[in-house]
Amino acid sequence: MNTPNPSMSLTKPEAFDLSTKQRIYVAMGMIGLIILALAAFNVTFPYRPLALTTALVLIALGAILFANDLYLGKMEGIKNDGVMFKSISSRGIWAWISGIAFTSFYILLYFRAEWLGLAKEGAENTGLVALFDPLSKLLNGNPASQWFVYGTLYTLAILVFGYKFLLKYRNNSYQRLRTFSVMFFQLSFAFLIPEFMSRLNSESFSLPYYDLKNIWPLNYYNFEQYRVDDFISAGNAGLALLIFGLLSIFVITPILTYKYGKRWYCSWVCGCGGLAETAGDSFRHLSDKRQFAWKIERWVVHSVVVFVTLMTTAVVYSYLGEDSSTYWLTKSTFLIGVGSLLTIVFALVMIFKREQLAKDAQYGAIGYFVIIMVLIGLHYFNGSDLFLFRAESLRQYYGFLIGAIFSGVIGTGFYPIFGNRVWCRFGCPMAAILGFQQRLFSKFRITTNGGQCISCGNCSTYCEMGIDVRAYAQKGENIVRSSCVGCGICAAVCPRGVLKLENDGLKGRINSNDILLGNDVNLMDLVNEK
Amino acid sequence: MEHIVIIGNGISGVTTARHIRKLSDHKITIISAETEHFFSRTALMYIYMGHMTYTHTKPYEDWFWKKNRIELKKAYVEHIDTDAKSLKFADGDTMTYDKLVVATGSKVNKFGWPGQDLKGVQGLYSKQDVDQLEADAPNNKVCKRAVIVGGGLIGIELAEMLNSRNIPVTFLVRESSFWNGVLAEGESEMLNRHIKNHHIDLRLSTNLKAIKADENGRVKSVIIEETGEELACDLVGLTAGVSPNIEMIKNTGIKTDKGVIVNKYLETNIKDVYALGDCAEQQDPAHNRPPIEAVWYTGRMMGEVLAQTLCGNKMAYNPGHWFNSAKFLDIEYQTYGWVFGKKRRPDYEQHFHWKHDDDTKCITIAYHKESRQFLGINTFGIRMKQVVFDQWLTEKQDVDHVVSHLKKANFDPEFYAHYEKDIQSAFEAVLQRV
Ligand SMILES: Cc1cc2nc3c(=O)[nH]c(=O)nc-3n(C[C@H](O)[C@H](O)[C@H](O)COP(=O)(O)OP(=O)(O)OC[C@H]3O[C@@H](n4cnc5c(N)ncnc54)[C@H](O)[C@@H]3O)c2cc1C
Ligand code: SF4
Ligand code: SF4
Repeated sequence: MNTPNPSMSLTKPEAFDLSTKQRIYVAMGMIGLIILALAAFNVTFPYRPLALTTALVLIALGAILFANDLYLGKMEGIKNDGVMFKSISSRGIWAWISGIAFTSFYILLYFRAEWLGLAKEGAENTGLVALFDPLSKLLNGNPASQWFVYGTLYTLAILVFGYKFLLKYRNNSYQRLRTFSVMFFQLSFAFLIPEFMSRLNSESFSLPYYDLKNIWPLNYYNFEQYRVDDFISAGNAGLALLIFGLLSIFVITPILTYKYGKRWYCSWVCGCGGLAETAGDSFRHLSDKRQFAWKIERWVVHSVVVFVTLMTTAVVYSYLGEDSSTYWLTKSTFLIGVGSLLTIVFALVMIFKREQLAKDAQYGAIGYFVIIMVLIGLHYFNGSDLFLFRAESLRQYYGFLIGAIFSGVIGTGFYPIFGNRVWCRFGCPMAAILGFQQRLFSKFRITTNGGQCISCGNCSTYCEMGIDVRAYAQKGENIVRSSCVGCGICAAVCPRGVLKLENDGLKGRINSNDILLGNDVNLMDLVNEK
Repeated sequence: MEHIVIIGNGISGVTTARHIRKLSDHKITIISAETEHFFSRTALMYIYMGHMTYTHTKPYEDWFWKKNRIELKKAYVEHIDTDAKSLKFADGDTMTYDKLVVATGSKVNKFGWPGQDLKGVQGLYSKQDVDQLEADAPNNKVCKRAVIVGGGLIGIELAEMLNSRNIPVTFLVRESSFWNGVLAEGESEMLNRHIKNHHIDLRLSTNLKAIKADENGRVKSVIIEETGEELACDLVGLTAGVSPNIEMIKNTGIKTDKGVIVNKYLETNIKDVYALGDCAEQQDPAHNRPPIEAVWYTGRMMGEVLAQTLCGNKMAYNPGHWFNSAKFLDIEYQTYGWVFGKKRRPDYEQHFHWKHDDDTKCITIAYHKESRQFLGINTFGIRMKQVVFDQWLTEKQDVDHVVSHLKKANFDPEFYAHYEKDIQSAFEAVLQRV
């Protein structure tokens, strides 16, 4: 339904071409990237700190000057001119080139880190990874890994494209604040703090690498044995972190989601969301708006939740003991605990929110049923084999399929082709859990301004989650959708001031109108009364 | 099963069809010569500006029509035989109906300017107009300057469109200030400045005299009435309003004047023939409302009402409080109730005007001089809630109540600066001066 004009030529139409200045800035950024690429091809630079600094500064400066030139000369306002014509943002040739380049980078990162120069045990790094050694040593005292390289580039991307975003939406305080927020969380929580934390590690004391804002199930490995062991052996500090990990998903998350909707995480805190909102901003309109895509989304994302729940349960189960000597929690208490928790949630939803769920109820019921059956199976087979799969292989499959392929290679690598929130929409189990709550038990909604909608479609076009916002707005209906990440872009681009993101009471949150405001009152009452 | 045929697949025709389907099992056919499927006319500008593709402007996916058993026919209706209840199409085909709905929309006004039909001279109404513009003004090398004639809502949209491709625009406006036939003075003047800030060459109190052709019959320049100045240009946009598109109806028995004459049930003089939307002209319009309402919302409202009537629940078009909205380049505009410009303002109507220092936000509140009853508000750059004003207008609140409760009506995004306090103290200052 929404394929932009895929201009496959490099130049057409001229009206939206880059100016000479802009070309120079792009070239600056490119040179920075080329330095990194050369390093990856094992060109050794005589003085690495200088080469690295030059590369990173060129990339940052190129992007910043480009953004200045693009936006500062214009008055504040919506800046989507030419989006559907520019090659990079309309699935043109540049989109494919960059999509393939990003994707290849991800494949190397996950599966061939040694090609990037990652050293075998004990040896010295080479290539690209070695280029980052000086920075890594500065921050955490150790040589770089491929993940350090990735983390640095990721943070840089959020910062410089965040800057671009800030200029583009400088008329909109909501957009500015939440962008400052993701930039802050990425720089501090995701990047600097864990690096500093690992400085504290010594032979007797070692905390696992922990990005505090990265919550299970997004952080699907948080409760694996090596981490839990680390947490526990690190004494009080470690225990505090472990408890924080549990609290964040079971207490903090539900409270914040109740008050503000899932946006508090997805578009204010989360790193995946952060990259999508900043570096991915130019691709938000590429999300698939068809109803068909929505159907697929619901099946896929909920399957991932079931998968991650099972996988984590199986993994934790596999290292717990039969008696309470190693961990106070035993295999059977753990299973009963998980089963009861799910049963309580399921029962509460079915009792109190059934009518709001409508068709979705069956998805929930199926998911719940599958999980309980597997829990019973776990107990029965005593965890050694879980329907032929060992817990460890289950974890590996998850890590490979979901962690690497879905969230990285497809989710981020293909921004210019599928849009910027493919992972968040179709794959993220965290988003699914938050969304479930947002739909049923939250004060958040997008309010529609009576009959003011002119059905223009800007909102739907720029919704990165592929929500057909217009379908609700033109009926005067509030938008209460589990997938909405509350980015607020629909409201920002609406030329008629129709949409507003709000936290308000639960009453009247979901409304549906057959006749809109503007007609005489009797007709509205007559028709809307159901 | 009754066959209801609707001519026109715009918002009026489509809303009628959708609601008929909700209420009944009638056979429904929608005819249009413009596009296969319903699209949002209000979004035409965004196609040229590259914010959206044509596909994005379609509010319903293409499968929607079949699923809801609404038949679509792409053809031009040439003649209506109201005795035989049949339509004749340009390709010779015919179709019979039991009930006919005329929703043919508007066409662009042309006032007999010499050269108005030259190549490179166009209006902005249809999908074809946008395609034409794309061909004639793809960039500022092909189109070195454009002249827009007529300073209304479509004129400013066309100016914004051309501006997005860095095509220099000269904007000829007959009035002494932009759209001041409708807007209050302070607002209109703020917009003059805003337009100029976008490097648009705004010429006020300026009329078009003639359009000149080159040897190929393409526009080459325009002559200005007041000064006789000749302006070289490659495109002329005619945006001096629209009027009902009823040429084809005129040689049928259906009564027309400026538009198709309808009563409040949207019935024409001929049984089983109805008209609504831009092309309809109300015999006796509701209070203050013009007989022809050429806006999106009223087309939709009429469609909702007419569907009731067609499905056996006869209902009058009885619109509530007036509202509308538009956008002038970067400034959003909403209006609730009535605020009149100088020309049409009744004696009793008093205005309170407040403008922010940044020159992109202002409001005007109209109220009754004696009773202080709140009559309406124009708001620029600040979003406000329709429900709240609807309620205040129904309750006949006075202006003091409205000003002191303005915060309740605010609809700006979260974390936006609020101006209610400023507005209130400005209002109090005015009161003290009186
Ligand atoms: C550029 C632009 C921007 C606008 N922006 C706004 C806005 O922001 N807010 C607002 O309120 N209003 C706006 N309007 C006005 C609004 O779009 C119209 O009021 C509305 O579209 C009218 O709808 P309609 O269904 O009555 O007619 P139309 O949408 O005009 O539909 C009539 C259809 O019938 C077809 N037709 C006519 N005669 C025949 C025939 N003989 N045979 C077959 N088909 C025929 C036409 O081709 C057309 O497709 C705008 C209009 C334009 C042009
Ligand atoms: S509905 Fe609006 S706020 Fe929600 S994800 Fe889509 S664009 Fe963002
Ligand atoms: S809500 Fe706004 S952006 Fe969306 S269709 Fe309506 S007017 Fe357009």
